[in-house]
Amino acid sequence: MKIDKKIAVFLYYHMLRIRMIEEKIAQLYAEQQMRCPVHLCIGQEAIAVGVCANLLKKDYLLSNHRSHGHYLAKGGNLKQMLAEIYGKSTGCSKGKGGSMHLVDLTVGILGTTPIVGGIIPVATGVAFGTQMKEKDNLTAVFFGDAATEEGVFFESLNFASLKKLPVLFICENNFFSVYSPLAVRQPKERDNLALVRSLGIKGSKGDGNNVFEVYALAKKAVADIRKGKGPYFLEFDTYRWREHCGPNFDNDLGYRTEEDFLKWKKKCPLDSLEDKLIKGNILSLSRIESFKRNIQAEINRAISFAKNSPYPETEEMLSDVYAK
Amino acid sequence: MNRQINLAQAVLEATAQCMQDDGSVYIMGLGVTDPKGVFGTTLGLEKKFGAKRVLDMPVAENGMTGIAIGSALVGMRPILTHQRIDFMLLSLDQIINNAAKWHYMFGGKMKIPIVIRLLVGRGWGQGPQHSQSLQALFAHIPGLKVVMPATPYDAKGLLVSAVEDNNPVIFIEHRWLHNTLGNVPLEKYRIPLGKAKVVKEGKDLTIISSSYTTLEAIKVAELFKNEGINIEVVDLRTIKPLDELTIIKSVKKTRRLIVIDSAWRSFSVASEILAQVAEKAYQSLKCAPVRITFPDAPTPTGWALSNHYYPQIEDIINTVKKMLKINKPQRSEKVLDKPLDVPDATFKGPF
Ligand SMILES: Cc1ncc(C[n+]2csc(CCOP(=O)(O)OP(=O)(O)O)c2C)c(N)n1
Repeated sequence: MKIDKKIAVFLYYHMLRIRMIEEKIAQLYAEQQMRCPVHLCIGQEAIAVGVCANLLKKDYLLSNHRSHGHYLAKGGNLKQMLAEIYGKSTGCSKGKGGSMHLVDLTVGILGTTPIVGGIIPVATGVAFGTQMKEKDNLTAVFFGDAATEEGVFFESLNFASLKKLPVLFICENNFFSVYSPLAVRQPKERDNLALVRSLGIKGSKGDGNNVFEVYALAKKAVADIRKGKGPYFLEFDTYRWREHCGPNFDNDLGYRTEEDFLKWKKKCPLDSLEDKLIKGNILSLSRIESFKRNIQAEINRAISFAKNSPYPETEEMLSDVYAK
Repeated sequence: MNRQINLAQAVLEATAQCMQDDGSVYIMGLGVTDPKGVFGTTLGLEKKFGAKRVLDMPVAENGMTGIAIGSALVGMRPILTHQRIDFMLLSLDQIINNAAKWHYMFGGKMKIPIVIRLLVGRGWGQGPQHSQSLQALFAHIPGLKVVMPATPYDAKGLLVSAVEDNNPVIFIEHRWLHNTLGNVPLEKYRIPLGKAKVVKEGKDLTIISSSYTTLEAIKVAELFKNEGINIEVVDLRTIKPLDELTIIKSVKKTRRLIVIDSAWRSFSVASEILAQVAEKAYQSLKCAPVRITFPDAPTPTGWALSNHYYPQIEDIINTVKKMLKINKPQRSEKVLDKPLDVPDATFKGPF
């Protein structure tokens, strides 16, 4: 796949950044100061970065429980994200939301929520709202394979198709819903593309560990949506490396095999990209080192910001229940 | 027999015995066959009873609830589980419009014997969408029964009754109770739905509680016992139908009432109990009854806030002192020496 060198480096940098941030969270989680569930996206970074590279700042993004990568790729504020996970008043949701409720209105991130499928109709509604207001913002919504089993998925797609809404549905298929594999949740014959097409929505499927492929498919989808052709559905296969919720590895549980895990680890979206870029003389090792130093410094600043931030005052517990 | 098992094991044992005795009982829910088995409450069932009767399901709560209801119409007795009460909110339509009404709206010709097991999350940043206590919501709906066990013994006996009941039963388990131990007989036994239990006799004050709050109530009663104050603790066990008789009897005896309800204050189970007492026993009361509840706000995720969100033992102690006009310092505050967002010191997250 041909891709502009500058874009290739951009994609690499942001995938590396997400990877390093997530690894740092995994490491710091053991200190027991992040006292909330965290769902890490290590292994799945290419989808967030490849899709979001096609979005504009004014475009909207909504997502699910595994949203750190989406948030960062869309330009969400790292300091505020970490402070939120630490439950601090400087967090993006003032310590009321935690890892599963990220928001950054300055870059169009309207919220992330963990009720499976719950965000899909909301995102559809955002697109509906922009259409009614005759605005040209596109809305992107990320969700997992499990969310495509919920009724609201079908209801939302139906409406999006009916109204030709400017919404991009992105399904990250990592084959598991917690520990339940696809085989106990969906018939073998099921084909999401055929399904969405039968609703009048265009769709494509790609390798979620190949960021160029993600980028190219998203580019086409976004261009179509911007031309007013209505909603688009993208599905990418990928794999979550760590446990469903938390910082550890959980292959020992036996719900997936070590072989499968290793097979996917070999397909690491970041390593394979790095390989390509080095072989193509697009990136040098020293440049990569300087990226890493940069990112590490940024992470250190954000962590100390989060750790040194105050906890919210007790009265804050009762504020924000109703809008003024 | 003095056999100690925890509440999760008690639930598992009740389920297995019901499935053993009645081939129409089946269990379905996200993760019932996975290696963690819904916090240990379904472990080994698939091996024992086969994949046909023990099944994982698509993440499609509303549809799957309707499917369970339909199967009940033709003679099956489904148990549906949800790892959090919050997830089954997607199926309120099927529960409220169909399960709760079917028997009534077709003139009693059919029944929907379905048990829906729901877990309430608490602590470790469960936050606004993973920690809701919605007993009042369900109790409000005619046609539903609502059960909230506090001990392993009750969990087993109440679950057996729930499975054998010919109505939809909402069975609410508190996450912080799963690891608590208690005496549980091996044989199958039943605890009738709709009957509260006086777990501690007393004459000075009544505390009415349910589920996890019963543990707190018992702790408080024990602390005051050392001071010569006898608190009566009534564990509701079933929220709907509510055992008004036991409640009124206790209040008439002790003449002082605290209700601890692990839910929001307004329009709560606690509110309903106060209403009952106001209607039927207001003359016996020596002072105004008190509700100890969550404030009317969603659960904040950060522990700095959620620590203050949940009422603590100390709050109950202070309320008792106020009602009994005691100023003496209690030795009791020691119980607070623990992190407040975990059930016990062994808990290390992430959920
Ligand atoms: C309505 C609802 N049902 C169940 C759950 C419990 N749950 C949390 S995450 C999850 C699996 C989600 O899988 P998927 O959407 O594929 O995303 P992934 O975690 O694999 O990224 C489930 C079932 C939930 N949060 N909401």
